[in-house]
Amino acid sequence: MTSIHIELWQVAASLSLVALAAAISLWRGADLEGDIGLATARSFVQLTLVGYAIKLIFEADTIWLVLALLSVMVVFGAITARHRAAKVPGSFGPLLVALALAGAATLGLVVALGIFEPTPRYLVPVGGMVIGNAMTASAVALNRLGDEMEEARGRIEATLALGATAREAAAPSVRRALRSGMIALVDSTKTTGLIFFPGTMVGMLLAGASPTDAVRLQLILLYVLLGSVSISALTATALAYRNFFTPAAQLREA
Amino acid sequence: MLFELQEVGFDRGSRAVLDGLTAELPEGATAVVGPSGAGKSTLLRLLNRLADPARGRIAYRGRPLGSYEPLALRREVALVPQLPALLPGTVESNLAYAADLAGEQLDLDHALRLAGLSPDFAAREVSKLSVGEQQRAMLARALAQRPRVLLLDEPTSALDHAARDAIEAALGKLRRELEISIVLVSHDPEQARRLSDWVLRLESGRLAACGPLEEVLA
Repeated sequence: MTSIHIELWQVAASLSLVALAAAISLWRGADLEGDIGLATARSFVQLTLVGYAIKLIFEADTIWLVLALLSVMVVFGAITARHRAAKVPGSFGPLLVALALAGAATLGLVVALGIFEPTPRYLVPVGGMVIGNAMTASAVALNRLGDEMEEARGRIEATLALGATAREAAAPSVRRALRSGMIALVDSTKTTGLIFFPGTMVGMLLAGASPTDAVRLQLILLYVLLGSVSISALTATALAYRNFFTPAAQLREA
Repeated sequence: MLFELQEVGFDRGSRAVLDGLTAELPEGATAVVGPSGAGKSTLLRLLNRLADPARGRIAYRGRPLGSYEPLALRREVALVPQLPALLPGTVESNLAYAADLAGEQLDLDHALRLAGLSPDFAAREVSKLSVGEQQRAMLARALAQRPRVLLLDEPTSALDHAARDAIEAALGKLRRELEISIVLVSHDPEQARRLSDWVLRLESGRLAACGPLEEVLA
C-alpha cells in the first residue's frame, strides 16, 4: 500500500468548513458556535496527542503498551458513557465490565482466528474502534434503560407483586434497552455502501489501497463492530438492571 | 392474627411516611382508611414486602415478615395496585403468566368470573380495556395465583358507580366463596362500611384508630 503524507496547511485549510458550520449556526440561531469551536479544538488536541502516543507505541512495538492504551480507553469510555446513563444507579461498574469484555472478546477472537496479527499496527486502531463503538452502544442502551425503568415503574412493581423475580419484572425494559443499543449499528450496516461510505474504507481509498482490499477490511471491521456492540450492550444492560432492585426484589426508591 | 405491626416506621427521603404504627389486623376483611398522603398505600406495600420498614416489626400469621422468602410471600399475599399495570398482551396471557409464577393450574373462567368478568374477556387485548375492566383484570390476575390474602389499593378509585359496584360485588362474592382475607385501602368510609368488618385509620402516617368496624366508624 502506498502511504500518503498530509501537510499541516491542508488540515488548516479544511477549517474553512468548520467556519462554514459556525456561520450557519450563527445565521440560523442554532446556538452551536461555542460547541463547534470547542469540538474543533478538542479534536485537534486529542487526535494530535493520540497520534504521538500511537507513534510511540508503534515504535516500541510491545503488546503491553497496547494493552495499557486500550485499558485507558476502556476506563475513559466508561466514564464518558456514565454521563449518558444518569438515571441508572451505579452505572460505572457495568459499563466498565461491558467495554472491557467487548474489547477483550472481539480482539481476542479476531487474533485467534488469524484475521489480524497481534501487533500494535492492528490492535491499536481496531481496539479503538471496537471500544468506541461499544461505548456508544452501551451508553445508548443504559440511557434507554433508565428511561424505561422510570416509565414502567408501576408495571414493574405490579409484576414484582405477583412474585416475579427482579429479572422477570425488568425483562421487557431490558430487552428494549438492548435493542436501542444495537439498532443504530445494525441499521447503518444495512445501508453501508448505499447511503454512506464507512470511514475505514474511505481512509484506505484515500491512502491508495485497492478498492477490493478497502472493502474487505471494511467488512471485517463492520462484523467485528457488530459483535462488540452486541456484547457491550448485552453486558451493560444485564448488569445494570440489577442496580434498580434490592436483594429482596424490591424496586429501590427513585 | 393475620398481621401484627409493632412501632412500624417508613421514610421517603427525610420524611416519615409511617411512624410508630402499632396495630393488629385479624383474618377477614380490614379497611385501611384515612386522607390521601396518610401512608395507606405504603402500609400495603410493606405487607407483601414490596418495601421493608425502616423501623419496627411486622409479623404475618405469627412469623416475622422478614423471615418469609419475598417472592413466595407475594404469591400468597397478593397486592393489586391502585393503577392498573397489566403486561402487554391479552387478559388470558396476563392470567397465565401469574398462574405460572405461582405454580398454579390456571382456571381461566373461574378467575374471570370471581373478578366479575365474563369468559369472553380472556382473548381481549389489555390495551383495549376500559380502566374499570383493567382493574378487574388485575384482580383476576391476582386471583389466578390462588392467594390466601388480597391487598387491594383503592380498587375503585378511578371508576364510575357501575364499575365500582361491579368490583364491590366481586369482592363480596370472593369473601363468600373463598376463604380469603382482604386488606383494602379506601379513602371512602362508606366503601369501608360495605366491604369490611375491621378498620384501621391512619392520619399523617400515624395510627388514629384500629378496631371493629362498628367501633371505629360509628
